[in-house]
Amino acid sequence: MGRKLLDGNQAAALAVKLARAQVVCAYPITPQTSLVESIAGMWAQGDFSGEYVSVESEYSALAYLIGAAYAGARTFTATSSQGLAYMHELLHWAAGARLPIVMVNANRALGAPWSLEPDHLDSLAQRDTGWIQFYCAAVQEIMDTLLFSFRLAEETRLPCMVIYDGFVLSHTVEVVEPPLQKQADAFLPAPPAKAALQTEQPQNLQAVTSFQYLARVFQERHLDMLQVPRVAKKLTREYAAILGRSYPLVEACGLKEAATVVVAAGSAAQTIKSVLPALNSPEGPTGLLRLRLFRPLPAEEIVSLLARPHIQRVVVVDRDLSAGLGGIFAQELRALLQGSPFEGKICELNLAGGVDLTPQLLRRGLKAAAAGGGEQGRIIWGVDL
Amino acid sequence: MLQTLLGDFPRREYMLNGHNACAGCGPALAVRYLVKVSRQEAVIVIPASCWSIIAGVEPFRSLETVVLHCPFPAAASVGAGIKKGLEAVGDTRTQVIVLAGDGATFDIGMQGLSGVAERNEDLLYVCYDNEAYMNTGTQRSSASPYGSLSTTTPAPRAKSSPKKEIMKIMAAHRIPYAATASVAYPADLMAKMQRAMQVKGFRFLHIFTPCMQGWGSPVEFTVRLARLAVLTRIFPLYEVADGARYRISSFPEEHIPIEEYLQGQKRFAGLDESQKALLQKEVDRNWAALCRQADHSPFISDD
Ligand SMILES: Cc1ncc(C[n+]2csc(CCOP(=O)(O)OP(=O)(O)O)c2C)c(N)n1
Ligand SMILES: [Mg+2]
Repeated sequence: MGRKLLDGNQAAALAVKLARAQVVCAYPITPQTSLVESIAGMWAQGDFSGEYVSVESEYSALAYLIGAAYAGARTFTATSSQGLAYMHELLHWAAGARLPIVMVNANRALGAPWSLEPDHLDSLAQRDTGWIQFYCAAVQEIMDTLLFSFRLAEETRLPCMVIYDGFVLSHTVEVVEPPLQKQADAFLPAPPAKAALQTEQPQNLQAVTSFQYLARVFQERHLDMLQVPRVAKKLTREYAAILGRSYPLVEACGLKEAATVVVAAGSAAQTIKSVLPALNSPEGPTGLLRLRLFRPLPAEEIVSLLARPHIQRVVVVDRDLSAGLGGIFAQELRALLQGSPFEGKICELNLAGGVDLTPQLLRRGLKAAAAGGGEQGRIIWGVDL
Repeated sequence: MLQTLLGDFPRREYMLNGHNACAGCGPALAVRYLVKVSRQEAVIVIPASCWSIIAGVEPFRSLETVVLHCPFPAAASVGAGIKKGLEAVGDTRTQVIVLAGDGATFDIGMQGLSGVAERNEDLLYVCYDNEAYMNTGTQRSSASPYGSLSTTTPAPRAKSSPKKEIMKIMAAHRIPYAATASVAYPADLMAKMQRAMQVKGFRFLHIFTPCMQGWGSPVEFTVRLARLAVLTRIFPLYEVADGARYRISSFPEEHIPIEEYLQGQKRFAGLDESQKALLQKEVDRNWAALCRQADHSPFISDD
């Protein structure tokens, strides 16, 4: 196909086409709108092999896909912020019913007040719904991760959310290399023929149940979630063999001699990576850990990557806030690293509200962290720096 | 009445014995008739309702067909999605039927219902109307009639607004087929179901299904009250084609006052004479309007 100039939303739309999604159903919301417009455009022109259905709300979009996925169709939707919140009941339902629905969420702050800022709380608030969550850092990665997610969802029977910062990635044009259709087909065969819904025999699906059965449903889903990193690594090798590109579940940069490691997700990590060589915290060289897969949290990878004696401090960048507790990524890291040498030393640089992580801000944040400003659970507020 | 005899329908039951419905359950009766028509050729989608329970608690089931449960407001969209998904995987034969209560239809699912109707999705939507949220213990819905008591419209503050006119709302969407039916008239109910199964596009059946528990009536009153609702013209039986052409299924011969229907139901215990007169007036007005509609734009079909 050759190289193309695409923004995040266009790249996602192209990935959905290459994935041969059979039923796409969505409702517009800034900054996702141009994604669904792209798919609708391809569909109208006969360039999209699936069905595109314009429904009257995000709630119905996901309800529709739950139905279509039950029937065995490959399904996709995209949303953001208020739209994702509006889907909440059905996010749980899709995961409980083990339907491999794939969706994009372009991060945007949840009101009130109204805002278009790329705060991450919209998707992080759905952390416990049972969806796999990927946070992307570049346009090429959005395209690859989305194509990849259809296969991952279908193999694990878990729904998958591909997440990227609104505007910063949804509307930023980058050079990308789209897969050829035959490469996409080689990686992603037709969806499994055996649908959840077998129309030939009487069934009573998702009927009222007791705790004995429900406990097994939850337990099984948890254990299957824990298998996601293993399955994803296997599929990453396949993807690389066919398409020549691969992404780690947790990306590590400059950890070899880092004294301080910044942990971040999404486009902020890209900013950090780009200034890393020139970024010495007062305590020495700085490294980066980018959380690409967030649910399930690749615990083993994170722990082993940080298990280096020269790493003195971990600074987590959160562009979200659980009011009354703090940033969600920081909480997760604290829980994971409890009992390690980092206990009590995990600092949080909080950018809730969509504070832009400029190199200057990052330097100031690192300085504050080195001065102990983020110790013992205190927050270093980006907006105060 | 549609000219079909009860004997034309299969003797075989597709609803099994030993289900979870209460004694005298109108919705159970309605579905028993419906599945005699849809048999095993359909997927039935059920949102939260009494029927979530009647269909059977895991690992049991009461219907000899494919049943899929879904969240309370989601049934219309889930149903339309199943149909679209089946088509995408090459099954154009299987019908999808939504079976939803009045709460799911008139209230919380109204938005999605309007969406599928406006898009004319290929779906048969059946609303069984017991005029309140019965699964959760008789709270008012917008299908509850004026003057009725419920746990959220308790005495002395009975419901002060009239029942929402769902058939007018559905007709306004210009859907190919809509009809009312009653458990007191099973042949008519099944004939309408049969017709609805033959039409392509969005179809809506509004079935009157008394709830003896919720209405405060003896369990043997189900059919009697359903019949009186038709005879008093509180719940007329009719069909609407393309949202415009009307056909009344039965013209009650004598004018039975609504009083006959109201007595024997504790939910109307708080109604005084002036309120009953008001209710009677509304019933008469609605009936006259329906007759005018049917005269003005009759529904002529080939049967
Ligand atoms: C979003 C949501 N709100 C509330 C409920 C609780 N709930 C379950 S069934 C029901 C009432 C159903 O009423 P209706 O649709 O009339 O069916 P019926 O119970 O009368 O058969 C309610 C309020 C729910 N399941 N989901
Ligand atoms: Mg009800």
